[in-house]
Amino acid sequence: MIQAIAFYFFATIVVASAVMVVMARNPVHSVLWLIMAFFNAAGLMVLVGAEFIAMLLVIVYVGAVAVLFLFVVMMLDIDFAAMRAGLSRNAPLGLLIAAVLLAELLLAVGAYNAGGLSLGTPDGSAVQAADTSNIEALGALLYGRYIVLFEIAGIILLVAMIGAIVLTFQPPKPGARARQDVGKQIRRRPEDATVMKNPEIGQGVEL
Amino acid sequence: MTAFFQSLGLSYEWAWTAATLTGIIVISLLVMFSVAMVIYVDRKVLGAIMMRRGPNVVGPFGLLQSFADGLKVFLQETIIPSAANKGIFLLAPIITFTVALAAWAVIPFSAGVVLADINVGLLYILAISSMGVYGVVMSGWASNSKYPFFSAMRASAQMISYEVSIGFVLVCVVLFAGTFNMSGIVNAQQGFGLGLINAYAIHPLLFPMWVVFFISALAETARAPFDLTEAESELVAGYQTEYSSMSFALFWLGEYANILLMCSLNTLLFWGGWLPPLDIPVLYMVPGIIWFLLKTFVFFFMFSWIWATVPRYRYDQLMRLGWKVFLPMSLVFVAVTSGYLMATGHFDRSIAPTAPATSTEIVQTTPAQPVAVRGQS
Repeated sequence: MIQAIAFYFFATIVVASAVMVVMARNPVHSVLWLIMAFFNAAGLMVLVGAEFIAMLLVIVYVGAVAVLFLFVVMMLDIDFAAMRAGLSRNAPLGLLIAAVLLAELLLAVGAYNAGGLSLGTPDGSAVQAADTSNIEALGALLYGRYIVLFEIAGIILLVAMIGAIVLTFQPPKPGARARQDVGKQIRRRPEDATVMKNPEIGQGVEL
Repeated sequence: MTAFFQSLGLSYEWAWTAATLTGIIVISLLVMFSVAMVIYVDRKVLGAIMMRRGPNVVGPFGLLQSFADGLKVFLQETIIPSAANKGIFLLAPIITFTVALAAWAVIPFSAGVVLADINVGLLYILAISSMGVYGVVMSGWASNSKYPFFSAMRASAQMISYEVSIGFVLVCVVLFAGTFNMSGIVNAQQGFGLGLINAYAIHPLLFPMWVVFFISALAETARAPFDLTEAESELVAGYQTEYSSMSFALFWLGEYANILLMCSLNTLLFWGGWLPPLDIPVLYMVPGIIWFLLKTFVFFFMFSWIWATVPRYRYDQLMRLGWKVFLPMSLVFVAVTSGYLMATGHFDRSIAPTAPATSTEIVQTTPAQPVAVRGQS
């Protein structure tokens, strides 16, 4: 009963916020609706017992990726009217992509239900071993059976990160402002930077 | 508590719902009350360090000062700037406040005294605290004013930077504890140090991580010396500049609830939670919640102490500390800790049964997937 109520609650909010992402007039509102959709999708995942994935969804997408989205959108000076005109022009393309994604999803679910994939039983009962938690089961798979794929994914991400840094890094020009030496800043004492003067009245100070 | 509601004639599901709702209300009220008291303590400590009296007029020793302040802001008029984005402007303090309270769901106050004893408790706290940045960013943007916006940008950059190193510090703790469950982490600390001391922080590999965690907690909650988001000399009052009345008070309460949460995390993850400091039977006669509150209070005192003594960081220094000092340091410690635990045989019990099983499964499953693809096409 409560599970059903919770499922329909989360599912309704996910679908409604997804619609609002597209329909919102203000791009910042769109991003906020997107975050709402992510968060409620995490709620759905908790309901099916995938609490680790749910937490990762919130930490990675809501906590990091969407913040960057929000940043970029807030900084941009966007012409709202032009954005709205784009909606009707790009609608056929968007619908096409949506249809392709839906077809793929249906094919995958159909194959899974027909027993074509050996991921587990269709009713989901054998997916998780009875006495291990979510994290332990995932960890044993990722660092056991799929260790090579996991490490390849890690190396690809590392290469992508280094590539981005190399592409955007500009070495300081020879004549540019001197760089900060933190050790030197910390070593500096008040005596090096200030002098005490005790001038006579009406004499003034010469530095 | 579920049993109590079941005895009133409710079915298990609804008894559970009623028990959870009661728990939520009780914990929120207690957290709000502690926040009020802790604000008073903060001002008293600050006063004592500055050699003045601090609040001493309302109630005995000024104990009711926070409640008087609360009543005052409650009766004030809520002013919404005409250029503000009204919906988001009002939503931002609500998000800050809700998120600050939601994280308390998985905090064990004593053995078994926890609202949700889930096995991803630590990840839940990370997830919820990463939501906290939205309150700040939304308030800064919706105020439609330049100082709040600068402050929001600073705050989000700061929170994201320090969350990275906090994550790695937590990995070290989880490696030792072998679980993400908060109660499990505390129980793993019993007699950890030489069979006598109930704390992770005395381990030479975890003590530096505790220092990193403590400083990152200061930065994460935007406390001095990292309170660049509210740097009065540069940004008026930061992201709160345009807020008044209850919307301001919600930020204020949320901020202190977050500080208390970070103090209790220090207690739970590194200093043995509700366990007494030493593993001696006599000390277990004191209820666990007393130890928990005492330890949390000590950390809160340290937060106030730091607030009163150190000057504010420069922004580039803040970023350098987060990315160039803490991140490499915690990364090295994750590697060293896991290496040390492997070398000392800490994981032996969990590795032995799975190793032969995986090697046989590879042979079975790898050809199965291409077959499925071929069958479809």
